[in-house]
Amino acid sequence: MTALLTPALTGQIINLLAAVLLLLSFAMLAQRRILSLIDLFAAQGFVLALSTGFVAYATGQSHLYWSAGITLGLKVVLLPLILHRLIRRLDVKWDVETLINIPTTMLVGIVLVILAFNLAQPVSELAGTVTRGTLGIALASVLLAFLMMITRSKAVPQVIGFLAMENGLFFAATAATYGMPMVVELGIALDVLIGVIILGVFFFQIRERFDSLDIHHLEKLKEE
Amino acid sequence: MSDFSWSGAIAQATELLLAVLLAPLLAGWVNQCRAWLQNRTGPGVLRPYFVLRKLVAKDAIIADGASPLFRVTPYVLFGCMCMAAAIVPTLGTDLPYAPVADAIALVGILALARVAMALAAMDIGTAFGSLGARREMMVGFLAEPALLMVLFTASLISHTTSLATVVETLSHKEFAIYPSLAFAGVAFTMVSLAENARIPIDNPATHLELTMIHEAMVLEYSGRHLALIEWAASLKLFVYSCIGIALFFPFGISGGGEALGLVLALPALVGKLAIGGCLLAAIEIVSAKMRIFRAPEFLGTAFMLAVLALLVHALLES
Repeated sequence: MTALLTPALTGQIINLLAAVLLLLSFAMLAQRRILSLIDLFAAQGFVLALSTGFVAYATGQSHLYWSAGITLGLKVVLLPLILHRLIRRLDVKWDVETLINIPTTMLVGIVLVILAFNLAQPVSELAGTVTRGTLGIALASVLLAFLMMITRSKAVPQVIGFLAMENGLFFAATAATYGMPMVVELGIALDVLIGVIILGVFFFQIRERFDSLDIHHLEKLKEE
Repeated sequence: MSDFSWSGAIAQATELLLAVLLAPLLAGWVNQCRAWLQNRTGPGVLRPYFVLRKLVAKDAIIADGASPLFRVTPYVLFGCMCMAAAIVPTLGTDLPYAPVADAIALVGILALARVAMALAAMDIGTAFGSLGARREMMVGFLAEPALLMVLFTASLISHTTSLATVVETLSHKEFAIYPSLAFAGVAFTMVSLAENARIPIDNPATHLELTMIHEAMVLEYSGRHLALIEWAASLKLFVYSCIGIALFFPFGISGGGEALGLVLALPALVGKLAIGGCLLAAIEIVSAKMRIFRAPEFLGTAFMLAVLALLVHALLES
């Protein structure tokens, strides 16, 4: 195992996984179907866990194995399960409606990626970590998830965008400083889980009130 | 030409001859694979040759009011494809003809063929001809930047736009994972599907004029003209497959002028083409033809992937 995985190769694998992460962010941005969106989110979580595992291997930081394990359990198994259940209960398998058409969204996405890469370059030049090159990608996936939240009009894709943003932040933390302290990481994991559960309750409330999950109805919420 | 070498000239001649002779076989192989995957017997891999012979033997009928452009186009098309086939390194990278055109000029040659075809289709003035031409130009203008970006990614890795040198560098590099090449590979596959009138964009076997792109443009051609156009179409598929092989799977392409390398490169090329043809058939089996208005989205994705490849290269590999 040690003979196979030289440090150079591990670095390349981390870079490859980072690139796949960016690709998955774009795929989520372009995805029309809500069920595929959840699958893509699970795939992104898996890639994230894998890359965290490789960073842990490359740096010998054992607590990163724990975060990889938590990521795997939470973002690949638990959250997609909850989201699938939610969708079945809400019966919202319809195609995702986007506010801007998808090619335009993707062009905006490319501009965001260029911005993120430019922003991250001076920072990563200062850093001495193995993963310094991937900071730009982490920032890009945060921005892309943000863009996804902005361009979707329905509640469920927005929540998936929020979760994808958390994925990007997690990746940024791994890339910049080899992960956050364990306490913080556990706290965030719990936050995300609770957040999804609360938002799940919100979905039902929104639908009960407006017969739809379109967020724009919330803008008209006024006392009469 | 200062460094003229006989081995280079022989490699160049073999390569061009091979491309022209094997191109219909590749098209036949793809059709045969598709038939097998669909549980049909299939027409046999040699069918395109029989079709070409049949067409050459027939009289060419020219529509009333056709300008000379209509007669010249099949030859322009075939010439462009031959030139493209001569530039792309398939067997060896020591090609005396390669300095004539680099990767950007290659895209230009392919564009020239496309424009000639579209003009000829509009020349007759039939509704289907101009419909096909317009669609072809739409697909073309979306696919071209993506193709350029793919070639630029490979050029950035090897610091040159000369195809022969790019392939030379890529095939003799020590093993390393290039995320950018992986992206570029996917983008290139999508572009080649669109450019060769393959299934997600166009159905090469359709008989329904309203859904045609490439076929609609050649409806008015017959006899030897049609034979040349069909031949050029299969050459185009061959050239695209060879660009893909040269950029993404260059192992086995002979570098210097040694004769043994060329001899060994031939079975490697045939093997890779056979596998590539199978994969192409498999892609066509599992996907359905898209609505024409989904094509911009498909090609936009290809362009985006190619740009991402460039960016990822700039960020991670420089």
